[in-house]
Amino acid sequence: MRKGYRGRLVGIVYLAPALVFVLAFTAYPLGQMAWMSLHSWSLLTPPRWVGLANYDRAFGDTQFWVSFVFTLKYTAFITPILIIGGYLIALLVARNDPVRKVTRTVVFIPVVIGLGVSSLLWYWLFSTNFGLINAALMDLGLVDKPVLWLGADADTSNWAIIASVVWKVIGFGMILFVGAIQAVPNDVSEAALVDGASYRQRVTKVIIPLTLRTVLLVTLVSVIGSLLAFDQFYIMTAGQPQNETATSVFYVYLNSFPYLKLGYGAALSMILAAGILIFTVVQLLLTRRSHS
Amino acid sequence: MYLVGAICLALCTIMIMPLVMSVLASLKPTAEAAATPPTYFPHGLSFDSYQRLWDYQLGLPTYVGNSLGTALLTILLTLGLTVPAAYALARFPVPFKEVIFVVLLLALIVPYQALLTPMFLMFAKVQLTNSLVGLAIVHTAIQLPFSLYILRNSFAAVPLELEEAAVVDGSSSLQALRYVFLPSTVPAIVTVALFAFITSWNEFLGALVMMSRGNRFTLPLILATSRTETSLGGTDWGMLQAGITISIIPCVLVYLLLQRYYVSGLMSGAVK
Repeated sequence: MRKGYRGRLVGIVYLAPALVFVLAFTAYPLGQMAWMSLHSWSLLTPPRWVGLANYDRAFGDTQFWVSFVFTLKYTAFITPILIIGGYLIALLVARNDPVRKVTRTVVFIPVVIGLGVSSLLWYWLFSTNFGLINAALMDLGLVDKPVLWLGADADTSNWAIIASVVWKVIGFGMILFVGAIQAVPNDVSEAALVDGASYRQRVTKVIIPLTLRTVLLVTLVSVIGSLLAFDQFYIMTAGQPQNETATSVFYVYLNSFPYLKLGYGAALSMILAAGILIFTVVQLLLTRRSHS
Repeated sequence: MYLVGAICLALCTIMIMPLVMSVLASLKPTAEAAATPPTYFPHGLSFDSYQRLWDYQLGLPTYVGNSLGTALLTILLTLGLTVPAAYALARFPVPFKEVIFVVLLLALIVPYQALLTPMFLMFAKVQLTNSLVGLAIVHTAIQLPFSLYILRNSFAAVPLELEEAAVVDGSSSLQALRYVFLPSTVPAIVTVALFAFITSWNEFLGALVMMSRGNRFTLPLILATSRTETSLGGTDWGMLQAGITISIIPCVLVYLLLQRYYVSGLMSGAVK
């Protein structure tokens, strides 16, 4: 540790670039967003003060609510699949033998590719006439004519997209659960084994309780990620039919860019950021407690 | 035992299938790639789809160049900002250190998706839209909290005796950084660079907002555009698969080579 006045000065010099960067590219935009949300503003006209009118308008905006409810539905459906599925896979592959290690590596591969790119890949797989999923379903005799997976019906599109995202991110939860399961002290699980506990009892009475904090954390990370979903919907349905599959971030994007309602877009962003904040604070509190 | 093996095999097949099918589809001859119903496996091998991708609009090198350039700038910017900051936070008696640390982690609690509109307006004024530097700034802002956190912990774990020895030898703080700290924190630096690369190479929404000119499109952007606009009228599925294959290769390669760093980074990052 460098001490004294000189140490302080040098330390500040080392910190300054990062601090300036965060103030300029995170704090300032945040303030700007709050200010914009109180104005009526398109790129073509100068900003005009409107107070809370943009917020007022959001609550009466049907499409805002459609997007909000759709995003919640997507989150509510995908989260349990990701958590329970990821945990079951983790239980299967938590031990360190070659077969399980390879399986872990393979299940994790989709996590490292881009969500945009994986959405394009599934856009093809789910394509009505060119996609392999319809081809396989028809060859197996499960359907008579090609299914319109994407963009025709909001619920069908939602499930198709959920399938693609589960494939893409289930390895994320799995790898963190494997870490947590491996960290369960050996003597604890051995004691349970000596006491004659079945595998099922060991899982429900020992492993799950001891990994609960990781489960909660991964759940929060997943929920936040799902509430901020954009790429997969933009690419796979473009919001169709009639913006029924436009998520909250998608609706912010539509207002801010194609429609250029910047003030309104900023108010929607503020509402979104406030909603996410609740989950983030819980997440940070959880992690903080783990360190002390 | 066999049951576990069978389930593992089934799981691996499901997970790897979409990628294999996409790579195979990218190798189909032009007519076969556009066939309906589609064939499962190519009946002939050809690089036609890659040829069309190479020549698509401004040409593949432009888009790969934009993606790579942005990713490299993001790595440099992220390391350039967070290495000194982490050093200061771990080893210097900076006043209000805890407050500064919290400010630096601000991006953790504000989703960048919400900040893109004000950032776009700000960048439009200073000519940073349609610029690789501008996009790299967005990507750095996303990566900064994670990187700072990882590096600060790694710097704090360097034994004090090592630093004392350097101080006694009369080395400056910069020399201590160069000869004591950087060699001891290589794993953390690799992890930070790796995540910066993956984030930047894959990021979509920020690029969509910041880049409006075709000559600045990154690889994910041009591929998303190509799903609706091609010279064939409809989607050129073969070319799309070729593009997907090319986007995926660096991520998978980097992951398989640096798996250890990836997993350890994820563990410490998610438990922020």
